[in-house]
Amino acid sequence: MADTSLARAVRWSASMRWDTAVGALLIVVLLLSFSFVDGFGNALNLSFLIGNTLPIALIALPMTMLVVSGEIDLSVASTAGLSGAVMGALWNQGMAIEAIIPVCLLLGVVCGLVNGLLVTRLGLPSLAVTIGTMAAYRGIAQIVLGSDAVTDFPARYLDFAAGRIGDTFVPYAFLPFLVLLAIAVVALHATPFGRRLFAIGASEEAARFAGVRVKRQKLVLFVLTGLMASLTGVFWALHYASARYDNATGLELSVVAAVLLGGIDFDGGKGTLGGAIAGVFLLGSLQNVMSLLNVSAQSQIVVTGVLLVVSVLGPRVGRQISVARAGRRAASAGPPAPEAPTPAA
Amino acid sequence: MTHPSDTGPAPVLALRDVSKSFGAVRALRDVSLELFPGEVHALAGENGAGKSTLIKTLAGVHRPDAGQVLLDGEPTVFHGPADARDAGIAVIYQEPTLFPDLSIAENIYMGRQPKRALGRIDHKATYAATLELMRRLGVGLDPGRPARGLSIADQQIVEIAKALSFDARVLVMDEPTAALTGSEVARLFGVVRTLRDQGAAVLFISHRLEEIFEICRRVTTLRDGAFVSSEPLAGMTEDDLVRRMVGRDLAELYPKQEVEAGAVALSVRRLTREGVFTDVSFEVRRGEIVGLAGLVGAGRTEVARAVFGIDRWDAGEVEVDGKALTNGAPSTAMAAGLALVPEDRRAQGLVMDMSIERNIGLTGLRTTVKAGLMDRGAERSRSLDWAVKLQVKYARIADTVSTLSGGNQQKVVLAKWLATGPKVLIVDEPTRGIDVGTKAEVHRLLSQLAADGVAVLMISSDLPEILGMADRVLVMHEGRVTAAIPRADATEETVMAAATGRAAA
Ligand SMILES: Nc1ncnc2c1ncn2[C@@H]1O[C@H](COP(=O)(O)OP(=O)(O)OP(=O)(O)O)[C@@H](O)[C@H]1O
Ligand SMILES: [Mg+2]
Repeated sequence: MADTSLARAVRWSASMRWDTAVGALLIVVLLLSFSFVDGFGNALNLSFLIGNTLPIALIALPMTMLVVSGEIDLSVASTAGLSGAVMGALWNQGMAIEAIIPVCLLLGVVCGLVNGLLVTRLGLPSLAVTIGTMAAYRGIAQIVLGSDAVTDFPARYLDFAAGRIGDTFVPYAFLPFLVLLAIAVVALHATPFGRRLFAIGASEEAARFAGVRVKRQKLVLFVLTGLMASLTGVFWALHYASARYDNATGLELSVVAAVLLGGIDFDGGKGTLGGAIAGVFLLGSLQNVMSLLNVSAQSQIVVTGVLLVVSVLGPRVGRQISVARAGRRAASAGPPAPEAPTPAA
Repeated sequence: MTHPSDTGPAPVLALRDVSKSFGAVRALRDVSLELFPGEVHALAGENGAGKSTLIKTLAGVHRPDAGQVLLDGEPTVFHGPADARDAGIAVIYQEPTLFPDLSIAENIYMGRQPKRALGRIDHKATYAATLELMRRLGVGLDPGRPARGLSIADQQIVEIAKALSFDARVLVMDEPTAALTGSEVARLFGVVRTLRDQGAAVLFISHRLEEIFEICRRVTTLRDGAFVSSEPLAGMTEDDLVRRMVGRDLAELYPKQEVEAGAVALSVRRLTREGVFTDVSFEVRRGEIVGLAGLVGAGRTEVARAVFGIDRWDAGEVEVDGKALTNGAPSTAMAAGLALVPEDRRAQGLVMDMSIERNIGLTGLRTTVKAGLMDRGAERSRSLDWAVKLQVKYARIADTVSTLSGGNQQKVVLAKWLATGPKVLIVDEPTRGIDVGTKAEVHRLLSQLAADGVAVLMISSDLPEILGMADRVLVMHEGRVTAAIPRADATEETVMAAATGRAAA
């Protein structure tokens, strides 16, 4: 194997941080869309883009932390749906919206708590647990609201969730999101809490030996995720002026795809929230552009799926190539490569 | 070049003027080495001297920046570990790499099992072939049992059997004895002698000098990546060897200071974890170093884990400075002033993918904060401080610990815990895989800590270390403390008698 230019390119790209690359890609996609896609650049479309991406972005905040710590929550979309359904049902009962919203958020906390307890107390894998609760929460949502759609929420709330500031491209709801984003960035990258998450994700055992309360930390994350998912459910119902049991179906796929695309390592311990949010808005922009180009909803899901695969495989393939080159596999005392050529048996 | 070819057998494998750098770190500089069939050759040097790097160059893991690898006198380039293996070079790394769920036989013949018709794996033939390997090595491991639960020593035997199955002519062993007990080392050496007598060339690394003198005929010494010498061991003394490694005479290996013991700092009463250890009681006073001796499996590590809160105990109590600890809560143990330097630095002591700075910082998350946020300046200076105090050899404090040599990784674990300013320090095999110079340093450090009023509990399988450092020796046998021997009465005989369950005097 000579030192080919391909190999050099691979090494170069491996040395560049994935999250920076995604950020750069987002800018490229935005610039291209501004130039070549009709209707992309006007303020109204941009506000739609942001508004439609906000649900993914909101859930991506805690999801990033979960994945960094080595866990995942696939029940988030169902929690959002359940929260919307309960909101609709209580509204139909005549309860005041100011009282309903806290109830919904509390419900999200409970959903997250259930996930967290199953994972930390029973030691079950979060992937399995949350696939289960994904079905369960959605089922409960259907029981609560049936196939009704509740649409007559107070105009003040609907306007806030769907409107934008004057004629700018900034939705009202974007502002509180920015606050939450700032809090999340600080929490993950500048507090002891965040330091512990990275340690847990990279080596749970070593973290425990350093006095990190691994279970408690994870439980907190699941609860936060449930809370944000239910907040997203409330936002969703108001933004689209429709509370139905099947709100936000499939949203977990977008969130996970975006987070992984943003360079959060599925094995935990690596990534930045900035990268994850870049991934979210990259995905959101692509979806927006595809809608403008009249790509069908089904095809959009296909694109999301492909992105998910690429984002999981991309860094891995890159790493494997550079690892194979350095032969570090044997050096780092990983298990012997079963695919290594062997003398004929 | 200085290779007056003696008329004996030609070297089967040799390095000539090999250099290798990692960024700014020059791990090997113009190093030469010759391995002859039928000879055990030692590779000696301090932590970070470049021993493992040299081995990885022989094994095809690293490509030398300059210089040559000679196989049977012919310049050769290995493109990867598989190349080297096909050339008959087998490497046994310090941490064996077996698949836990596969049987011993399957591990050995992974991917190349004998086949029957239709490509089905012939389990019987695999089993029989493995049995034959075990017979050649003279050990009685059942080829059918899974690798999970094998002791490190047994895992190494399996790795050696695997090497044999490839008809290895060169066997390279990187610190194979670091985690073994005396009898396990004896068995390993038996196997090595068998292989040597069958004509294999063996390259052996160890920080235990007496082992080098016991089994090796020649020694090559490295210092800071540079070649120092390659010579027969006959006629050399341990001090000669140390001088070559360190470049100066060595300070006292066991610089034990006499300290007046103070108040009780750690008190363990009737601690029991069912099926693991029973009714364990002892005290460690401030200023005292208490040695905890015993055979591997006697339950020493398990007691330490329970005391620190990693595992729960079923009965009993633990107090630090008179304050009872919560069962199963390392964070409260830490807050009470307890520190545990665990046995397995790669899995428990360190987050391997994290930087030196962050690893040391992990125990200071309560102190290096300002208004709830990480105080990065404080975190860095705390980490730097301790990395420098323990003379960790690294390029940048932000490098991941996985790039450090084994001994330097161990120093980072020590740094991480000493930085907490513990009242009670439990160290489990603190000098495993550490060179003599650093070992003396660690001992001086422990002694100094005790003098400063820290209570030290030292678990060690290195009997001279226990005898040299401990004020009192506790001995465990099958989950119970069988003896508490004051320094004056502690000898190899008294400790071993208690450790093996023969009635203590
Ligand atoms: N992959 C790597 N990247 C960067 N530096 C490395 C790498 N591997 C080794 N080094 C550096 O090269 C030097 C030699 O390391 P090496 O592991 O060969 O030492 P060693 O003699 O085996 O020490 P020990 O006795 O502690 O195991 C060290 O300074 C180490 O930090
Ligand atoms: Mg080494």
